[in-house]
Amino acid sequence: MRILVIEDDTQAAHYLTKGLRESGFVVDHAPDGPQGLFLATSETYDAMVVDRMLPGMDGLLIVETIRRNGNQTPVLFLSAMGQVDDRVRGLRAGGDDYLTKPYAFTELLARLEALLRRGAGPAAAQTELQIGDLKMDLLSRAVTRSGRKIDLQQREFQILEYLMRHSGQVVTRTMLLENVWNYHFDPQTNVIDVHISRLRQKIDRDFDTSLLQTVRGAGYCLRASD
Amino acid sequence: MHLIRVLRSSTFRYAMIYMLVFGVSVAGVLGFVYWQTVRVIASQTDDTIQAEITGLAEQYRQFGLLGLVRVIRERSQAAPGRRGLYLLADRNYNRIEGNLSSWPPIARGDPDVVDFLVATNVGEDTKPQVARARTFALAGGFYLLVGRDMTERTDFTKLMTDALIGGLILTLVLGIAGGVLMSRSLLARIEGINRSTEGILQGDLARRMPVRGNRDEFDRLATSLNAMLDQIDGLMTGMRGVADNIAHDLRSPISRLRSRLEVTLMSETDAEGYRRAMEDTIREADGILATFNALLEIALAEAGAVRDRFSPIDLSALAADAGELYGPVAEEKGQVLAAEIEPGITVPGNSHLLAQTVANLLDNAIKYTPQDGRVALTVRRDGDGAILSVGDNGPGIPEAARVHVLERFVRLDASRSEPGAGLGLSLVSAVARLHKAALTLDDAAPGLRITLRFPQMVPAANGRIEAPTAPLAAESARRLA
Repeated sequence: MRILVIEDDTQAAHYLTKGLRESGFVVDHAPDGPQGLFLATSETYDAMVVDRMLPGMDGLLIVETIRRNGNQTPVLFLSAMGQVDDRVRGLRAGGDDYLTKPYAFTELLARLEALLRRGAGPAAAQTELQIGDLKMDLLSRAVTRSGRKIDLQQREFQILEYLMRHSGQVVTRTMLLENVWNYHFDPQTNVIDVHISRLRQKIDRDFDTSLLQTVRGAGYCLRASD
Repeated sequence: MHLIRVLRSSTFRYAMIYMLVFGVSVAGVLGFVYWQTVRVIASQTDDTIQAEITGLAEQYRQFGLLGLVRVIRERSQAAPGRRGLYLLADRNYNRIEGNLSSWPPIARGDPDVVDFLVATNVGEDTKPQVARARTFALAGGFYLLVGRDMTERTDFTKLMTDALIGGLILTLVLGIAGGVLMSRSLLARIEGINRSTEGILQGDLARRMPVRGNRDEFDRLATSLNAMLDQIDGLMTGMRGVADNIAHDLRSPISRLRSRLEVTLMSETDAEGYRRAMEDTIREADGILATFNALLEIALAEAGAVRDRFSPIDLSALAADAGELYGPVAEEKGQVLAAEIEPGITVPGNSHLLAQTVANLLDNAIKYTPQDGRVALTVRRDGDGAILSVGDNGPGIPEAARVHVLERFVRLDASRSEPGAGLGLSLVSAVARLHKAALTLDDAAPGLRITLRFPQMVPAANGRIEAPTAPLAAESARRLA
């Protein structure tokens, strides 16, 4: 997987590329806007991590430019401008996700993997999701495990749907808050943990193998046990 | 104040234009009166003359030349108040009788009405006068001239001219004087505002525009300018406060972080110890970031700039979502979260900040209410406005401390057993101010109830209601696209 990192802060870029390389990515780094745009248009990447405030060119402009040229590479914006409006502007310009600085590297990694999966995954309309013996019918909104029906409340269904769509990946608490609740702030108490533990009760408790795992220091992961 | 400045002021210019218009109308009115009066005098004179001629012609017909001469002599010697001019002449215009010494050359031939200068021998005054006369040819070849001197008209003309000149001079003097006075007073008001502005530009930010208290347009202008300056001042104070707080309140956790790293470097020797220290450090850094973000949110709410981008927010749905998020948390603590939410209540606001406010209120209530407690989340109509309240039956807050808890970083439990930076309620307070909502803390007997009363609602059918959820649906849609 090739990742392009466009980030002008040398230190931050160093940590970021190092972390990504250790996570198994091939990383190119551009220290300013024009170089970033050059690399983005001349090479092929699986995803890009773009800072907003860059010397020479706004990250927004880079993404707008490559999108106009039909380049659909997933883009994760990194920015110190973290207000909801900035986020909306970033997504409108063609970004696929928006992460506010300072960020936890695990968070960035989880989001990047979600983007990469989205780019590669089947784009066809799905009516059913399945992980191991856990099945979710998106039309009838029925969830079964090993043929046994599981009753979920609406929000639990939404959480599970999100986890199933991102199965095998780390899903952070913030990702759940943003995508299921549309909250762009961190509640003080770990409310997500409570919701996850309830969901786990329903889908894992009466079965031998547990599908929903906690990834320490990062979030959760739904995967079929081997 | 310099006279030049007064004369160059726009007020003075307007006063001069006004004066010109006024002067022209005065001249116009007087001119019209003069013209009309002169016309009336002339026509009256003509009528009188005509009547006398008719009368004298009648005399001549009845009593002959002698009779006419006698009548003319009588009338010529009449009192000089109504001075008539009479002359009877033969066919060669030689004087027979009358108070004119000779037939005026202009009246020879057969003109109808003549105006001429005459030095009358009537009375003592012998200076030349304008006279108006008619001539009449009598049977027998005599000529008769009957006239009136026009002293009356001359006097009237003089009167009118005097009035016109006097009036215009008066208008001019009063106009210029009034213009100067008016300009000076208006200029003084504007100068006051100017001087204050210059003072403010030079850094005297506490300075305000002078207000006289008579509520005229200058006072209104000054009052609005002052209100604007107050607003700017408030915003600047807020910004300064935020900067101070950030500097003050982030310094201690950052120095704690630094000490921890230093001590670790000195005391730990094995990899496991370093790892533990690193993990602690990351946790501490996360805490600092959380504090920092909370401060930024408060600053955002206090700056008030987001008010321009308020949209109708379905408060009922927003509160229901937050209640639904925190319900399981309360249950986990053995508490009941009871939501009494009247549907369809919409207020103008910022959904992000309002959601965080409800979340903070619920978070606090659940945190500070003991096991088996009860937390009530209410949204309801209240007159024209809407009420959002979160109550609990926990220990509550003593009345004296209630105002205090809204300040930044105030935590009432000195032991700090519960996590949190103490910014939750100050954000609530800032968001309430931003939405012009009245924030009250009262005794729920037992417990604490925090109430936000929004002053107005948006009619639910009116405008776009921001749906607080459904990002997942949006994502699904994007996948399908």
